[in-house]
Order: sequence, then structure tokens, then C-alpha cells
Amino acid sequence: MSDSPHFLQIKGLRDGLLITLADAPWETVSQALLTHISEQQAFFQGARLALDVGQQALKVTDLADLRDRLSDKGVSLWAVLSESPVTQNTAQLLGLATRLFRPRPQDLEPASSPTANETALWLQRTLRSGVRVEFPGHVVVWGDINPGAEVVAAGHILVWGRLRGSVHAGVQGDKNAMIAALELSPMQARIADQTLVIPDKSHSGPKVIVFRDDRLVIEDWQTA
Amino acid sequence: MGAQVITITSGKGGVGKTTAVANLAVALAADGQKVVCVDGDIGLRNLDVVMGLENRIVYDVVDVIEGRCRLRQAMIRDKRLPELYLIPAAQTRDKSAVSPSEMVRLCDELRGEVDWVLIDSPAGIERGFKNAIAPADRVIVLTNPEVSAVRDADRVIGILEAEEKGSPDLIINRLNPALVRRHDMLSAEDVLDLLAVRLLGIVPEDENVIVATNRGIPVALDGKSRAGEAFRNIARRIKGEDVPFMDFDNQGTLWQKLSRLTGRKSS
Repeated sequence: MSDSPHFLQIKGLRDGLLITLADAPWETVSQALLTHISEQQAFFQGARLALDVGQQALKVTDLADLRDRLSDKGVSLWAVLSESPVTQNTAQLLGLATRLFRPRPQDLEPASSPTANETALWLQRTLRSGVRVEFPGHVVVWGDINPGAEVVAAGHILVWGRLRGSVHAGVQGDKNAMIAALELSPMQARIADQTLVIPDKSHSGPKVIVFRDDRLVIEDWQTA
Repeated sequence: MGAQVITITSGKGGVGKTTAVANLAVALAADGQKVVCVDGDIGLRNLDVVMGLENRIVYDVVDVIEGRCRLRQAMIRDKRLPELYLIPAAQTRDKSAVSPSEMVRLCDELRGEVDWVLIDSPAGIERGFKNAIAPADRVIVLTNPEVSAVRDADRVIGILEAEEKGSPDLIINRLNPALVRRHDMLSAEDVLDLLAVRLLGIVPEDENVIVATNRGIPVALDGKSRAGEAFRNIARRIKGEDVPFMDFDNQGTLWQKLSRLTGRKSS
């Protein structure tokens, strides 16, 4: 017997396994995971695996390497849960899920919860094509959102830069959510269940997209 | 001092990666540098054709990696430039025949042999692309002034940044100044505005490139071609020389705008 179980906690889910990794160096825990899977080959064969890596900040090479080695053992990695925005971003770049369940409409809390929760994700960089950021609070981007990038937030989305990708604010149904950007260019914006296709021209100057009489409108930003 | 390994990639296919690798290699070699190009597009090899070396292939990159020949045996010497070599791709295999670590090992061996290693990356962001960027000291992203090509370039730049390859340099290929003037093509400013990386050069659209490609004589060898001149300038910039950007309009506006965008002082 190896001591690998010390580093892992395994839980069955409706559609796969959730393994929570201990807070130890990445080489140690990832090796422990692979060793454990090798020892229990029959049990893990064909498994769908979600990993909770806690605070670990992982790079693309770390996760891609683990995913490939897992797939060699017949285990498919589909989700990586983490409290680290670095790891969340890495997982998104690799097309892995970053949470276990998409909330279904009937499970959703009414409007109050996301905005009552005042946490925001701060992203100080430009989001390039292919990047998807999801966050259960507000999102602030200090940089541009390029075409082909997506931001999904339970709360507001504020872009201190050019918004040219797709954004979805108030994803859990909050119609008070707002989208604000220094510049809006052609893209799609959604708040709660409404979609707004921005007309095919650049809107210069700071703009805010809000709900008015059950539809989305673009307004000039002004101090309230 | 070992060679510098430079990978040329684009995301989208058909933007001119292979032509660019052949021309930059020729331009560097014509300048007295010792250069080897590696065709990373295993299964769809082209670089040998563009360089006019197709009929000399005996061994390829997969033969080297799998130990069927020595590195030197797979290096085909160019017929015009004695310091230019090609390691061709295997045509009968696919991308899975090579791994990123094997590419790193191959390039480490090449570093001692030459001044520059240029790798022609396949299109896409999958295994072949990963193999091509793994050994790179420096990555050049090539794009066309088209919305789809720029979108893919943006994606590739994002991946390179995430893989900690640093911010790549950019070449805009096949710019047609007349179309830009009529606002029917993205301008270099539009492309740079979105991608926000360092511009290494702009290659104008030039039908000589097509003729040259079919003949296997890279256009950089043609003293009269505008595209050839652009590639020679880019090769000098790769070596660290400060070469002014070409003025395609003869109106003096492009250079001034580019100067502003690239943060250089104009005139």
C-alpha cells in the first residue's frame, strides 16, 4: 500500500467522481493521484473525474500533462475546481469545466443574492479569443475583452477598456445587473435572460447596458 | 553560443507560414547566417516544395527522432545557399509521431550546429502546434489582415502567454494597400490595435510569391519583389537590426501611424 490516499479524498457524484487533493506540492499530489489510480485500475477505468485542487495555482502545462496522463489510464478529466483564479483560467483555456453543475433555472435564487454578495473578480489583463471567465460575483476587467472571449458573471461586469467579446451579467437571473465599458464594439451582451445584439458600429465613450422596461438598452455613462 | 530557435505559427491555416519560414530562412542564410528550417507539419509536408528541395529527401524529422538516421543525414543542404538546411517532415506519418519533449531534444542538438533554427508550425492549436512551440526561444505569429485570421492569432497569442512563452512578435502577411485605402481590408493599425503585440513587419500582397512558391525559389531571392524586400527586412529585424518599415502608400502616413503604435519616434 502506498500512502497516496493521504493526499486524496474521493467522493462519488451523480455522474462521476470528485477527488479533492490535499494542500501539498503539486508534484506530490498529482503523482499520488496517478499512483492511486494505477493501483485501483479496475475501479477507475473509464471514470469521469472532477478534481478539486484548492488553492493551487496551476499552469497550462501542469494541467495538460495531468489530463494526458489520466487519459492514458482511461480516466477522463472534465472539471477542475479551484479557488485560484490562475487555475480557473488555466482550466478554461484547456476547455475544462470549473464548476460541477450548471444551475438550473428552478434552483436559482431570486435576484437579491448575487448583488448582495459584494465579491468581485479583478482581472488586470486583456482577455483574448478563446478565454472564458465565469464568476459567481461581479467581474472587473482592467483591459480589453477581445472578440471570441466570454465573461459570465452572477453580478455586474465592468470593463475598463474595450468590450468586443461576449458578456453575460446577472447569469442567475438578476435583472439589476449592469454591464459597463469604456467602449462598446460589435458583440453580444446578455443580462439575466435577455440578449442584446449590439448594432454593427462602435459606440465611443463610456456606456452602460441596463434593463429598462423588460428590455436591454445602451445608455451613456453618467454619474448618478 | 547556441542557435536561437524561432517558431512561426498562426492558428489559422493558409496565411503563409510555410512561405514565411522559407523566405526568412533564405534571407538569413543569404546574409551569411547558418540556418536550419524544420518542417513541423508532419503528414502535410510543404516546406520542401516551397524551398525546391522535394526530390532530395532521404530521411525526415521522424527518422531522426526514432533513431533511424543521424541528425546530419536528415539535414538537406540548399542548392543555392551553402549555409541553409532543411529537415523535412514525414509525409506518411501524423502529428502523434513526435512529442513536445522530442522536439526540444532535437532542437537542443541543432543549437550546436547552426545560428538559427526556424520551425514551421502546422495550423491549429493541437498536438502539432504544441510540438512546434515547445522548443521555441521566440515565437512569431503570422496573420493576414482578415477578421478570421486575426481572431485565431489572438487565440494563439493567449495560449502562448498562458504557456509562459512570453509575448510573441507579429508579422502581417498579404496586406493590400489599395484595399486598405478603400477601407475594404483591415489596416495594420486595426490588427495591432486588437492584438497589442510587437510588430516585426508587414509583407505586402505580391503575386511574385505565388510564382516563386510554385517554382521552389523563395521570393526573398528576388531583388525586385516587394514581398521579398519585406521578408529581407524582417530577417534583419530578427537579427536585432533597426530597419524602418516600408512605406506602401508613398504617402508617408503609414509609417507615422505605425511609429505611434509601436512606440518608436517617427522620423
